Amino acid sequence: MTWFSPAMRALIIKELLSILRDPKSRILLIVPPLAQLVVFSFAATLELTRADIAVYNQDNGAWSRLCVERVAHAGFVHQMYPVYSEKAIRQLIATRQVMAAIVIPNTASSDEAAGRSVQLQIILDGRRANSNQILLGYLTEILASLNAEPVNASPTISDLAVTRHWFNPNLIYQWFVVPGVGGILVTFITLLLTALSIARERELGTFDQLLVSPCTPGEMIVAKMVPALLIGMVLGILMTGAAMFLFRVPFVGSYAGLLFSMLLYILSVNGIGLMLSALCNTQQQAILGTFTLVVPSVLMSGFATPVENMPAFLQWVDQANPLKYYLIILQGSFLKDLPAAVVWANDWPLLVIAVITLTTATVFVRGRLQ
Amino acid sequence: MNPDHQTEQPPAIEITAVSKHFGTTVALQAISAQVKYGHLTGIVGPDGAGKTTLLRLLAALLTPDNGQILVAGYDSVTAPEQIHAVTGYMPQRFGLYEDLSVLENLNLYAQLRAVPPGEQAALFERLLSFTSLGPFTDRLAGRLSGGMKQKLGLACALMGKPKVLLLDEPGVGVDPVSRQELWRMVQALTTEGMAVIWSTAYLDEAERCESVILLNHGQIAYDGAPSILTKRLQGRCFRLSGFATDRRQLLMHALDLPSVCDGAIQGDSLRVVLRAGHDLAELNQFTQSNAAQIEPIAPRFEDAFIDLLGGGSGGRSALAERFDMIQDLACSPVECHDLTCQFGSFVATDHVTFTIRQGEIFGLLGPNGAGKSTTFRMLCGLLKPTSGEARVMDIDLRHAGSAAKRQIGYMAQKFSLYGLLSVKQNLQFFAGAYGLNTALQRTRIDEMVELFQLSPYLNAEPESLPLGTRQRLALACALMHRPAVLFLDEPTSGVDPLTRREFWTHINGLVRKGVTILVTTHFMEEAEYCDRVALMLQAKVIALDTPDALKRSAVTAEVPDPTMEQAFIHLIQTAQSPQQPV
Repeated sequence: MTWFSPAMRALIIKELLSILRDPKSRILLIVPPLAQLVVFSFAATLELTRADIAVYNQDNGAWSRLCVERVAHAGFVHQMYPVYSEKAIRQLIATRQVMAAIVIPNTASSDEAAGRSVQLQIILDGRRANSNQILLGYLTEILASLNAEPVNASPTISDLAVTRHWFNPNLIYQWFVVPGVGGILVTFITLLLTALSIARERELGTFDQLLVSPCTPGEMIVAKMVPALLIGMVLGILMTGAAMFLFRVPFVGSYAGLLFSMLLYILSVNGIGLMLSALCNTQQQAILGTFTLVVPSVLMSGFATPVENMPAFLQWVDQANPLKYYLIILQGSFLKDLPAAVVWANDWPLLVIAVITLTTATVFVRGRLQ
Repeated sequence: MNPDHQTEQPPAIEITAVSKHFGTTVALQAISAQVKYGHLTGIVGPDGAGKTTLLRLLAALLTPDNGQILVAGYDSVTAPEQIHAVTGYMPQRFGLYEDLSVLENLNLYAQLRAVPPGEQAALFERLLSFTSLGPFTDRLAGRLSGGMKQKLGLACALMGKPKVLLLDEPGVGVDPVSRQELWRMVQALTTEGMAVIWSTAYLDEAERCESVILLNHGQIAYDGAPSILTKRLQGRCFRLSGFATDRRQLLMHALDLPSVCDGAIQGDSLRVVLRAGHDLAELNQFTQSNAAQIEPIAPRFEDAFIDLLGGGSGGRSALAERFDMIQDLACSPVECHDLTCQFGSFVATDHVTFTIRQGEIFGLLGPNGAGKSTTFRMLCGLLKPTSGEARVMDIDLRHAGSAAKRQIGYMAQKFSLYGLLSVKQNLQFFAGAYGLNTALQRTRIDEMVELFQLSPYLNAEPESLPLGTRQRLALACALMHRPAVLFLDEPTSGVDPLTRREFWTHINGLVRKGVTILVTTHFMEEAEYCDRVALMLQAKVIALDTPDALKRSAVTAEVPDPTMEQAFIHLIQTAQSPQQPV
């Protein structure tokens, strides 16, 4: 394989033209991913802002009224429903009108006045496990602070710990979500571009023409990689820029480190895409294959759920998931100044994946010759 | 048929000034025609002439932009349901479900056509015996041969006892023997009074129709009985034989004569058609100076079509003239020994052996599924043989390096070009892919653009070009690197006869420069251009000889001068007869 032989040049130009010649497809490659970044970043919210809560206040003392007041004015609460029976609570929760109910026993105010600890009941809708965990956290925090408040100058309760969140002190969820979503979108576009490339030629019949020509499988793979690499890099940089300037996520890491890792990451995704493409006979197969690969790789990447919580076997499988390494670098580069050694520790697996998959893709194409 | 009865009956189909556009493409332009009951009417024309559009209009699947279509008295715009009820439509792309058996397909169509359950058994029996598919009712439709698929398609189209039967290219992918059976079936239907429309790109099929609507570029070039059109050429068709000169060179000179409209190679002889209004004087002189014999022969429908289009464009190939003479090769350019390819238990190519000499046109002929594509692909190095070997320029193309592959040209007419690239970008890609340096790329591209008159199309996409131009572009892309061996896979299917003539003029010119050609085709007439033909059937080569020798072997008392097609049918029947119960 010679670099920039006439054949190599012709192949690269052909690949670039077949993706970029049509102005519509040019726009389709850049605009929807950016739009998706914006939409997903707001949609994939981990915050709770509009909760409806039922209150069954059996007490009516000063403290209990203060308590209801506090909850009602909290930022995450949308509306409070006063109820007067257990049955009413059951109904409101069953019909999903409220996410939770607070039951204040008739001894609450007097217990508080006497300096005893108050026992409240919080009933949650178990069907909405995730948001309820967040809601419970919020409520406990408010109620604890009330209990701690020296209404009667009671000295019995004191604050034991103050929570500090490093790297994202205000827990702005977008700081965490946006870089990750950007990375996932880049994955999807580059994987799809490469997965379609050989399958398209095979479906349309031009692949035979290519195999009969003097172009070598290595040249074909390199040529097919170039446009996806180019578009992936442009998109990756745009996503990073959007995160920094649109969502104001602080970027404290190294630009060079991130760019280098991005290049390795896209190469590894290209390799997987081309390997898949070499096996597919039609574009439909390639698209289905892309979905089959993207969904587990996102779910297992640590984007939504920590990798450490997965069973050992899956963690072992996850070693082959390039997105896992890239997300560590990506999120690390944004929020914490990830040390170069850690970046490299996640870079070399990407390099290994890229080398293996690209070689396999070349072998598959050559295999098709025989 | 009773002629008096026919004149009383209103026409089965009446087309009045119908036009149809798709975007800026004009598919049909102000077409008017009539189709009679009890007649077999051919809609004939090259690909892209508007045949399928017309058929879909008649089936009330499309509505015309202008004009009116009446089918069995119903207007296609206001009464499409009634038209669907009285017509049977067999689309080109096979309307059957490949995963259902023959009987399940019939059941499905019976239900779609709302055949009363009581009548179903009798109808099935009649259709199965009519199509002789009775023994295969349990076989999956996808596993039927091309001919049997078409018969099943026909049975399904006949389900609703239609008055009008529309068949879109039923002859495609069907071997000549099955094609004859289809003709017989359709003729039986017309004698019952059904109006049958048979669309085709094969001009030889047109001759069998009682009436023909000849389409070209969306317009009717001729409407009437084919024999009347052919008769115009009476006395203008001749066979030249017995000459000593190279027949390709002689054809080139003959086509350059001002009085010659068309000419083609026919085995060892030439077939020449005079232009209207010219006498034989020039041709007689030409015959004498080449010590040949001349005799009049019967005209064919294709001659008439070419005459309608104004005749061919001379016999010189400017393309071939630019080629340098290829030196004698030390080895045979293409050879294969016991080439076998097996897919599972299915043998696609079974111990095929032949050697192609330098400067020879070698034809691979056979019905679809006979194994000619598989053989072709193994020779090109696209498919791994199960056993045996294929060598091109004494190397196995599967392991060949770039240098060796640069000596090969490859053109599959349907799939050669990149649709996403413009004409110019396609040329640039192929010039580069075959390793031409920048300066040489520019000269060769300019040369091809000039020779094939591509300059108006340089920025267009190949798909938007007329089929003939697309085919020229594909040939240009395959030849820019001046290959010594050229592989052609059905290079001229669907193109109009003039483009086909031009194509063969180039090929004849290239062969005279020492280029070796391997061509697959299902046009019998194209087989005549070959020096030798390998006829394939059921994975085996059943005959391999010169076209004339093949024809001679098929001479019988009834057919003293068989055509290539008759020879083909004879050879297939002879090859099959030991297995078939008599």
